[in-house]
Amino acid sequence: MAIRVIHPGALTTVQDLGRFGYQAFGMPCSGVMDPQAYRAANYLVGNESGEAVLECTLFGGIYQFEKDAVCALTGADMLPTLDGTAVPMYRPFPVSRGQTLMLGTAVSGCRTTLAVAGGIDVPVVMGSRSTNLKCALGGYSGRALQAGDVLPVGASKIFCKDISAAPDSSVAAIACSGSENLTDVSDRTVEAPEYSEDLNIRVILGPQDDYFTEKGLDTFFSGIYTVSQESDRMGCRLSGPAIESKNGTDIISDAIVFGSIQVTPAGLPIILLADRQTTGGYAKIATVCSDDLPKLAQARPGYRIHFEDIT
Amino acid sequence: MTESSVRILRSGDRALVAEFGNQIEPAINDRVHALEIRIRESCVPGVTELVPTFRSLLICYDPAVTEYERIKATVRQLAQNLDALQENEGRTLLIPCCYGSHFGPDLKDMEQHTGLSRDEIIAIHSGTDYRVYMLGFLPGFVYLGGLDERIAMPRLSTPRVRIPKGSVGIGGSQTGVYPLDSPGGWRLIGSTPVNFYDPEREEPVLCRAGDTIRFYPITSAEYYDIHRMSAQGTWTLEIRMK
Repeated sequence: MAIRVIHPGALTTVQDLGRFGYQAFGMPCSGVMDPQAYRAANYLVGNESGEAVLECTLFGGIYQFEKDAVCALTGADMLPTLDGTAVPMYRPFPVSRGQTLMLGTAVSGCRTTLAVAGGIDVPVVMGSRSTNLKCALGGYSGRALQAGDVLPVGASKIFCKDISAAPDSSVAAIACSGSENLTDVSDRTVEAPEYSEDLNIRVILGPQDDYFTEKGLDTFFSGIYTVSQESDRMGCRLSGPAIESKNGTDIISDAIVFGSIQVTPAGLPIILLADRQTTGGYAKIATVCSDDLPKLAQARPGYRIHFEDIT
Repeated sequence: MTESSVRILRSGDRALVAEFGNQIEPAINDRVHALEIRIRESCVPGVTELVPTFRSLLICYDPAVTEYERIKATVRQLAQNLDALQENEGRTLLIPCCYGSHFGPDLKDMEQHTGLSRDEIIAIHSGTDYRVYMLGFLPGFVYLGGLDERIAMPRLSTPRVRIPKGSVGIGGSQTGVYPLDSPGGWRLIGSTPVNFYDPEREEPVLCRAGDTIRFYPITSAEYYDIHRMSAQGTWTLEIRMK
């Protein structure tokens, strides 16, 4: 037991890269929305085997540490403070037992990853620690965090100096004390990406681009689409110019991937994300290239999207 | 059929789709499963996951190991002469179902809608082999083909907020089982004590695409017996092999 949730923020869940191998049985993958931020955060705290993290949405919440730890924050900057003192994004920092980490409202972007050395050690269910909210599975009791939850943290051999302390003071925090051969992550950094309100999203046409007219494809690539309020971990719903199809967008249900862009009967695109269902019955005009998925994970309602064809 | 009847479609930079047609038909679905088995048995490098659906197979790959053109060529080759194969393992799962009463609150409406008696509806529903075309929507949710049109019935105009796990329903010309409590608009005609989805089980999901399901009627006393024995691990589902 190591992290007590004082306030869970707007929507905070335990996630790893996702639950793979069960899509043929109808089980969604879930997993982090922003794999780039996830990898960076785990690297910064020395986690090297797919450890679980917390994914915070728009407003991060308040967490009290019941033991020493090494943490890193990536993704959206929520102006984090530790006992009231600012801590950096994209750098590891030590947390001492009893300290409180507070994450505010995202300055830009949408989601923040909080990684802790050793990982959030909830039970593995069907090969993953990811929370699947719809199926009430995995993560912390299959649900978003609530005040009062206490999260277990795994063991690690990580060491991190306190960079905010004066250079001559030898303050150090150790996630797992009493062990030699500690890995020092103090100097690790990752460059923080910048989040723009205007996104250029690269896509590959297909699998059902032939359901759309030339005019429809032209609309899709020339139009500006706005992220709507109804967007969530399942999908990013867009408003903008309607895409013309040849004979409607109903198809015989087939499989969906992270980044599939479905077009509804009204002609509007929905980009399917981490909590997507495994199959769907709307034609998919294109698929977001995987390098651009992190940008979508950070897109807030009101952000604007332009699609670029890189087929 | 020749390999030319398979279409390879891109699904981003980590997956492609092998599509065998644009109909829901057993022959097409057979080819999907045959290709799935072939790819699995060939241990194609870089393939990370296979998702079979009615008429196509999604093939996910790791772009660090393989690339689109390479995997496309491999899949095209493996998709040749699929008709010569009898790769469907041919399991038939016998699923007990308690029809009517509180287990199937819509059975009365079905009698009115179809003009058939309760017993006739049950005889028709339990007298048919249903093919598991695919799974989706929810973990363990089976898309079954083969419902007799005489007992087809439109979905409820207002879906129920919560349908209990195990409910057997009819929606349009499909029938199926709710694997967990869920909202839904299907007409409920009965319930099975068989657990279609249990994340704690070694094989969390009971059915796989390509299976056949046949329902048989049981009494409510039998329902509770099977339910209890299942929980104790003393009841075994009957599975017939082809």
